[in-house]
Amino acid sequence: MKAFSVSKAVTALMLAGLVLLPLYSHLTGNIFILTLFTRIIILALAAASLNLIMGFGGMMSFGHAAYLGIGGYAVGMLAQEGVGSGFIQFPVALAASATYALVIGALSLRTRGVYFIMITLAFAQMAYYVASGLARYGGDDGLTVYKRSDFSGLINLGDRMQFYYLCLACLLGVIFLIWRIVNSRFGLVVQGLRSNEQRMQAIGFAAKRYQLVCFVISGTMCGLAGALLANNTDFVSPAVMYWTRSGDLMVMVILGGMGTLFGPIMGAVVFLLLEEFLSQITEYWALIMGPLLLLIVLFGRGGIMGALGRAGRG
Amino acid sequence: MAEPLLRVEKLVRRFGGIIATDNVSLEVASGELHAIIGPNGAGKTTLISQLTGHLEPHSGSVSLAGRDITYLPAYRRCALGLARSFQITSLLLDFTAADNVALAAQAHAGTSFRFFANARKEKGLRDAAHAALDRVGLLHRADVVVSRLSHGERRELELAVALASKPKLLLLDEPMAGLGVTESQRMVKLLQELRKEVSIVLVEHDMPAVFALADRISVLVYGRVIASGDPAAIRQNEDVKRAYLGDQHVVTHHG
Amino acid sequence: MLLVVEQFLNGLQFGLLLFLLAAGLTLVFGIMDLVNLAHGSLYMMGAYFAATFAAWTGSFLLGALMALGATLVLGIVLEMTALRHLYGRDHLDHVLATFGLILFFNEAVRLIWGPAGLALPLPAWLTVPVPILPGIHYPAYRLAIIAVALLVALLLYLGVMRTRIGMLIRAGASNREMIGALGINIKLLYTLVFGLGAALAGLAGLMQAPILTVQIGMGENILILAFVIIVIGGIGSIRGAFLAAIFVGMIDTLGRAFLPNLLRQVLSGAAASTAAPALSSMLIYLLMAIVLVVRPEGLFPANRR
Repeated sequence: MKAFSVSKAVTALMLAGLVLLPLYSHLTGNIFILTLFTRIIILALAAASLNLIMGFGGMMSFGHAAYLGIGGYAVGMLAQEGVGSGFIQFPVALAASATYALVIGALSLRTRGVYFIMITLAFAQMAYYVASGLARYGGDDGLTVYKRSDFSGLINLGDRMQFYYLCLACLLGVIFLIWRIVNSRFGLVVQGLRSNEQRMQAIGFAAKRYQLVCFVISGTMCGLAGALLANNTDFVSPAVMYWTRSGDLMVMVILGGMGTLFGPIMGAVVFLLLEEFLSQITEYWALIMGPLLLLIVLFGRGGIMGALGRAGRG
Repeated sequence: MAEPLLRVEKLVRRFGGIIATDNVSLEVASGELHAIIGPNGAGKTTLISQLTGHLEPHSGSVSLAGRDITYLPAYRRCALGLARSFQITSLLLDFTAADNVALAAQAHAGTSFRFFANARKEKGLRDAAHAALDRVGLLHRADVVVSRLSHGERRELELAVALASKPKLLLLDEPMAGLGVTESQRMVKLLQELRKEVSIVLVEHDMPAVFALADRISVLVYGRVIASGDPAAIRQNEDVKRAYLGDQHVVTHHG
Repeated sequence: MLLVVEQFLNGLQFGLLLFLLAAGLTLVFGIMDLVNLAHGSLYMMGAYFAATFAAWTGSFLLGALMALGATLVLGIVLEMTALRHLYGRDHLDHVLATFGLILFFNEAVRLIWGPAGLALPLPAWLTVPVPILPGIHYPAYRLAIIAVALLVALLLYLGVMRTRIGMLIRAGASNREMIGALGINIKLLYTLVFGLGAALAGLAGLMQAPILTVQIGMGENILILAFVIIVIGGIGSIRGAFLAAIFVGMIDTLGRAFLPNLLRQVLSGAAASTAAPALSSMLIYLLMAIVLVVRPEGLFPANRR
């Protein structure tokens, strides 16, 4: 009974599709789809990292796009200053994201609930304004990354297919890590805190410490997505940190299914394809997307993964 | 007399103009089952919250085995050997019974900053969980998600969780609340067993249970301890009878 | 001196505007426990309505009044069709659903009014500088904003503290079941409160419109400021929102005006002009961080049990 379920089958299909996509693109000569899916995979990585704190940890961060910007700016700023090596750029991107997460997390975790949502949102907006104020690095207009991160021949980020597989490998690697983390001692504590903080305190866990570490892990993972994103677009601007992007990431997580391993990937694929599809039909795609979100919230409990689970049982 | 396990001295807690805990002093000796009773609104919950670390007193002190814990947060007290059950069941509803207990064991078995190995496959933790579940008679329900357990089973699970942290002192906040007659009897039996192993502070409304179990009883009225002594002495105490006007027959009948 | 007084008044005026926005947000949250991100959209709609109606009628005042009514109606319709169904649900649901509403409103505005912004010209009598101190003049319109916002704040205070409806509102904030038990029509009360919040947001938007361009997304940045104010002031507290709003308005305005000069005295010219814009936009968030460290519940948490 457990061996086969609809959600597992769909997940497997989706992963197979992601792995084989470059082949399809190569055979048909459809480069657009490869570019589109590279972006989808990078944002799925960001959504997966958000899911770690939101779905498993119960911390509703509305400022996750900040890490996309921090990771991206780390790459862009270093490139502009003449440091082109990915072996420096990526570690710096991760370290910068981790540091930001540590500070913001330590402050935000002093509060809970709605306060937490508002505060993470506000701090991300601060990051947005700071980036807009960086005149040396393009300010409002953003910063062009003239040369992609250089991994000294190990992998060529300029090659579409290699870059696609790098992003996919990062995504799957992060999903693997999250899988290990949520089943570890640490992961159980974090999930226990989501479920009932009072109880966890009473059995001897210092709640904030675990939540903060989880917050930092998540931010670091998202910083990786940011570094990849800057390479993908050859450009980074404050707009990647704008709060609607944080909202998009939340939507992907919810849409796919909070607290499930593969839900965020599913959510990112569906959300971004839907956006692409709607924007081809009408210029005013958000007019449909907005109310759709409202309907999903009102009627779509548990996201796609939840629905697939019900389909499997029913 | 040796240093008591729990010593509460001149504890005061106010809410606005109301004094909810009025100069309360208590001592619980090692091995003792000490019951705290009192009519509704007597300040039992406020007192318990200060013992568990959910509320800070305005003055006075609480010490556990000679160590001042007045201002320690809840999780530190737990590490020092103070475990509690909640008046309103407070469990991880979306976890299994075994997970709930295993987490309590985990809190006292080395660091929880382990990120890679599967905690549900750690034999030590699982064994400890199963032992505690067995202790309260819930072993057969180990892999059931808590939200599917009955109220009575959840009360028992609360106990198992508290036991899993191998406490020196167990604070039980109305463990019988909401239990039926047979369930209550089982709980009393269970507590009879447990008191041989661990010191217990019991806050309870169920007078027959209290008088059957307690070594000593403290009576709280309007935030003050008006009497403290063994069950026989408390039953005879005039102040207690007056405070318990409505419940008086309960006190005398069932003892 | 002239500049200081002027910037001080600007800060006050901005703070009062922020208060109008934050008050609605905090009322709706305090009473219905609803997090409404689309509050900023109502602010934007107020501005668009005012620009449109003023152009139709040819009168600024008439346009403003009609816009006020229109946002009130819009708020009520929004509450009855969509938001009502969100009461009692998870805050995350609120965030997502109202995030969807923002997308909808922004796009609807783009469809109806086009992507370019609108301007709301002031009538001549509001553009004259008024002498406020010997030798110091201040634009009449900005003074008018201060006066209107202060009046509304006063009415709000009296309304909440002294009237029967206000008592119900306060009772609702602290005890939802109680008003139900009193036999008061909760649904209607909630709809009215939401409408009031919407009208306040609309008022802020239409008053701000002549100063800034009326454009898509104008409500979002200011909404986040309103969040900061609520966090600083304490959720659900009108008094907290008022003081925090003034505070934030002042700090933001004065920071932007004077920080560059102050920095220039400490740092070299180039460094100062690089750091100043980033630093001055960070000021209020730093303020929020400090408040969080000192008082996580905000400066004036509403009394709740």
